[in-house]
Amino acid sequence: MKNRREMLKQSAVVASLLASTGLFPQFAHAAFNKAAFDAKSIQDAVKAVAAGALAESKDVTVIGPDIAENGAVVPLGASTALAGVKQLLILVEKNPSVLVASFNITEGIDTNVATRAKMGQSSDVYAVAIMNDGRALYAKKEVKVTLGGCGG
Amino acid sequence: MADPMRIRAQASGGNAVIRVLMSHEMETGQRRDSAGQLVPAWHIQEVTATHNGKTVMTAQWGPAVAKNPYLQFTVKGAKAGDKVAVSWKDNRGDSRTDEATVS
Repeated sequence: MKNRREMLKQSAVVASLLASTGLFPQFAHAAFNKAAFDAKSIQDAVKAVAAGALAESKDVTVIGPDIAENGAVVPLGASTALAGVKQLLILVEKNPSVLVASFNITEGIDTNVATRAKMGQSSDVYAVAIMNDGRALYAKKEVKVTLGGCGG
Repeated sequence: MADPMRIRAQASGGNAVIRVLMSHEMETGQRRDSAGQLVPAWHIQEVTATHNGKTVMTAQWGPAVAKNPYLQFTVKGAKAGDKVAVSWKDNRGDSRTDEATVS
């Protein structure tokens, strides 16, 4: 008997496998990985995305400002020149839920994505590249926030 | 139905840089209203991008993505005239798809 969490984890694995092979049908969306987005620590979030151990890597870059005046809109990005990247994650360590966004990378795009995130307070920002072989390579950068963007 | 996205797709050096501005509240579920009640989370969960009909990127977003989200990515091998479409779906089941032509 499988519990709900295991089921969710497995469906996420299947979905990401499909996405990485390019077989993913356009109309079938991946199940939302709630466990990963509820995770309170970087390790838990990466684990919920079904990746192996975290390792720091110089080949992964986190893009972000040194100081963000407004925590409600912090431009953050992740990029790497490595080949064989399955997913790019952007995480903010001190947010209530650490995972901001996860991007499934296909051959059709560069491994370079950017978005804007909310940050509750000054924190380390992580960019994690999940490789096809399951390794999770990360880079981090401290972003100082003058005015928090969570809560109101 | 949500407001349209603004998509700018610019070809440069064999690739195309796609910049998308979506219109969405992105409520975190952490905030309380004036009566002290938690405002339920309302955010985009899934984003899909296609290049000439072929899915090139999917993403899952949490509530920590900023209000009226911005997204930038680079499509390899895209040239002027190609179609790039972006769609999102939020946690209330609302969705929106918009298309742009690479210029």
